[in-house]
Amino acid sequence: MINLLYGLITGILFGFLLQRAHVIRYDKQIGALLLKDMTIVKFMFTAILVGMVGIYILGDLRLLDISGRPLIIGGAIVGGSLFGIGWSMLGYCPGTSWGALGEGRLDALIGILGMFTGAALYAEVYPFFARTVLTWGNYGNITIPDALGLNPWFIIIAIVVLGIILFRWLEKNNL
Amino acid sequence: MFNKGCLAMQYDKQKAWNPYLAGALSGILIILSVVLSGNYFGSATAFVQLIGILEKILTPEKVAQMKYFSIVEPVLSWQILFIIGIFIGSFLAAKMFGDFKWQLIPELWKNNLGSSPLKRSLFAFVGGIIAMFGARLAGGCPSGQMSSSILLSISGFLAITMFFIAGIIVARLIFMGGAN
Repeated sequence: MINLLYGLITGILFGFLLQRAHVIRYDKQIGALLLKDMTIVKFMFTAILVGMVGIYILGDLRLLDISGRPLIIGGAIVGGSLFGIGWSMLGYCPGTSWGALGEGRLDALIGILGMFTGAALYAEVYPFFARTVLTWGNYGNITIPDALGLNPWFIIIAIVVLGIILFRWLEKNNL
Repeated sequence: MFNKGCLAMQYDKQKAWNPYLAGALSGILIILSVVLSGNYFGSATAFVQLIGILEKILTPEKVAQMKYFSIVEPVLSWQILFIIGIFIGSFLAAKMFGDFKWQLIPELWKNNLGSSPLKRSLFAFVGGIIAMFGARLAGGCPSGQMSSSILLSISGFLAITMFFIAGIIVARLIFMGGAN
């Protein structure tokens, strides 16, 4: 029960931030895919950089157990491509569509109905994908430092530096 | 009443918050969520759970036999409350800052692809089906892959890269033909 309450409060705060940064808007999401307005990229990658540093510090302090998420190359490539296709048609993603509806965007509601349909369809045909695509290149819960055999902080510092270079480049080119 | 109207107009002119600041605050929110309740962000699973709860009411025998609903349990979860929260939080922010607006066809779409409500609705609906299908296969939508990337998982970075490659190509195709 307390877990559900945490979900609600976290969602409210996240929805507030998403709306205030305007990143839930169709124009911003498609603006990024047309390479004209990189607001969502700035938002998303800053969140990843901050989260990454914080979570790994907590891991080092032994306050958290950190493990990677499952990597299935087939699922990531086929699913990732399908998501990209659908995303460019809809202009919202599953989380942001609820925020867009919150600020009155009715096309987001139609997208949400489409996504429920997609979820129901996936549940029907899951056994087929479990036998095929989801068996192609299953590497388990592998992280970048695992794969390279390096201390995670080398990777984190490299990603932060790359991120800052990307942000500076975006700002210089007014994207 | 008059004052309130004036205030709303002032707010209307307010620009968006800085995306780096809002992104950094979101990053801190993810860390707090993990520390306080052990939950990383993610949104796509909630769609499966909600549709599963509905199907369980309509056809309980069938749901009991479906393999996917034994993996993703159709019950009220942190994630379902999280997406409801996103809706409420965005609504509150939009109302507070005076930029709530009913709209079916976004500006960028209207300027390039016309003002047919049917065309926009069709793209939104079909796009939604494909996007959710893909998110399930890839093991998560952008918010889930953000969490996956925070953990330095290869899957998160690979999936986000694929989202953008396919998205950039198809968005270009949609907007290339549509300038009318």
